[in-house]
Amino acid sequence: MKIHNTRGGRIFDAANYVFLSLIGIITLLPFVYVFAGSFATEAEITRRAFFVWPEQFTLGSYEYIFATPAFVRALVTTVLVTAVGTLVQLAFTVTMAYPLAKKTLRGRNVILSLVVFAMVFSGGMIPTFLLVKDLGLLNSYWALILPAAINPFSLIIIKNFFQELPAELEESAKMDGATEIGILWRILLPLSKPVLATFALFYAVGIWNDFMSPLLYLSDNSKWTLQMYLRQVTAASDLLGTGNVDPNYIPPEQGIKFAVIVVATLPILIFYPFLQKHFAKGMLIGSVKG
Amino acid sequence: MATPVIDTLTGERAGKAAPAPRNGGRFSVHFAHYKWLYLLLLPGVVYFAVFRYAPMYGVSIAFKDYVPFLGVNGSPWVGFRNFEDFFANPDFPRLLGNTLILAFLNLGVAFPLTIILALLLNEVRLSILKRTVQTLVYIPHFLSWTIVASLSFLLFALDIGPLFQFLNNVMGTHIDFLSDPAWFRPLIVLQEIWKNTGWGTIIFLAALSTVDQDQYEAAIIDGAGRFRRVWHITLPAIRSTIIVMLILAIGQMLNTGFEQIYLMTNALNREVADVFDTYVYFVGITQGAYSYSTAVGLFKSLVGIVLIFGTNWLAKRFNQSGLF
Repeated sequence: MKIHNTRGGRIFDAANYVFLSLIGIITLLPFVYVFAGSFATEAEITRRAFFVWPEQFTLGSYEYIFATPAFVRALVTTVLVTAVGTLVQLAFTVTMAYPLAKKTLRGRNVILSLVVFAMVFSGGMIPTFLLVKDLGLLNSYWALILPAAINPFSLIIIKNFFQELPAELEESAKMDGATEIGILWRILLPLSKPVLATFALFYAVGIWNDFMSPLLYLSDNSKWTLQMYLRQVTAASDLLGTGNVDPNYIPPEQGIKFAVIVVATLPILIFYPFLQKHFAKGMLIGSVKG
Repeated sequence: MATPVIDTLTGERAGKAAPAPRNGGRFSVHFAHYKWLYLLLLPGVVYFAVFRYAPMYGVSIAFKDYVPFLGVNGSPWVGFRNFEDFFANPDFPRLLGNTLILAFLNLGVAFPLTIILALLLNEVRLSILKRTVQTLVYIPHFLSWTIVASLSFLLFALDIGPLFQFLNNVMGTHIDFLSDPAWFRPLIVLQEIWKNTGWGTIIFLAALSTVDQDQYEAAIIDGAGRFRRVWHITLPAIRSTIIVMLILAIGQMLNTGFEQIYLMTNALNREVADVFDTYVYFVGITQGAYSYSTAVGLFKSLVGIVLIFGTNWLAKRFNQSGLF
């Protein structure tokens, strides 16, 4: 299409481009500030209100946090819980999505309706907490993984994806004597790698970022995850009248807060390009009716 | 894979994949044929039963006096007493007010901004700029609320926070953003805008990409300018998307977001910060009033459902496409 650009239109375009570029920069500014601050000395952080490039470059804040056992423990815990949790969630989702993709399976519609209902309605915080408590999962890392093992939205999207794969593939595999599990493992999963990678990333980001579950289920602060640690480091020194703060806690220096934020953010930023490649497409697949 | 799964049905039809037994067949035959599929289904079904449906059943403690060692079933019924206690509690009007004000601020500020941002991005024909800006504004969506709150604590902190210093040096005013109750709501809305406005544009941009281009050419021939084209073509074209998103947003209105509010609450801003979600946590988890806080949570969900059906009904009344 060709648009005849009037003078007003060109002025609008220019203003729009400048405005949107500013929005992009403003969005990014807090990160740049924290990133720069994490490499700056304490004196510089206190003296200069805002900077995006430290005058004096130092790794002091990082040396400090990586020498702090509580931080290292929280980091290792979070990495492990994220890795195991993502695998568990993927396994649960895929094994359930595959049978549900078979239109001839009896009971399928009932189960699908129950899944959809669970998207709309949930028991809420307290009944879920009591359940986790009754199952003996308090202060267990499984409490961060199992209650969210299947995301109903992801389940339905993956189910729809399986359903749209050509049926001939399965039929020919069956003729060669493949079992249902063999078909899933050797044919469907390799074909769905990009889709599964997308959901793996989404699940991983969800667990990595989760603050509510550790807050609810991990009262033992030696089991805290990175988000809990971050919360304590950046917020506990001030006026949080909200409990859950270690009484022996000494407020950290500014640079340490910066460094912890960077460590908690970095994995997301590293994986972001992979996420971004897929999420728009993922949302479109999701909106196709099943 | 030497699994004994070459079942009778396939065996009989040599060389051909067995047609799946249809609804007419006996269930035992159907089950035998599909036993591996049912086995695969099992973990998922158990998950939904245990972690999704058992808590729904657990909601019944809102009508009971829950005693932990008696369990959900054993605890005695008390009817609507927990609800009556809540409505009679002076916390109730305050919570309702705080929740609604935050909800309307988010709806009134963040929601229109999402549409405006999508419209502006849609007008960009320089695709490198469009993609760069999109990439940047999506990022905050993937960060945790802990990070957003931590960034806020640093940026708005007293004394050494950049914004405090800026106002102090340039305007000569002192604002303690983090503990002054008057700044709580603006901060919450600001965080919401920073974190989710960019991400929210995705769905509108998808809707905008389907707008019929011929209409623009016709409008240009008729002499319509840039703004008239947006007003008369673009906006009507994405009207149904806007309405659906609005209905969804209203349905989620009372879910002010536990993590965000919890992280931004402190002893000084409690009066304006307490909302249903955080109240359920403080009263239920930290003080152990399980039945009472479950009743509060249930009240919140019911109001949410009424809101979503109400808006949907209104949308249909005005002859717009509703959600269902």
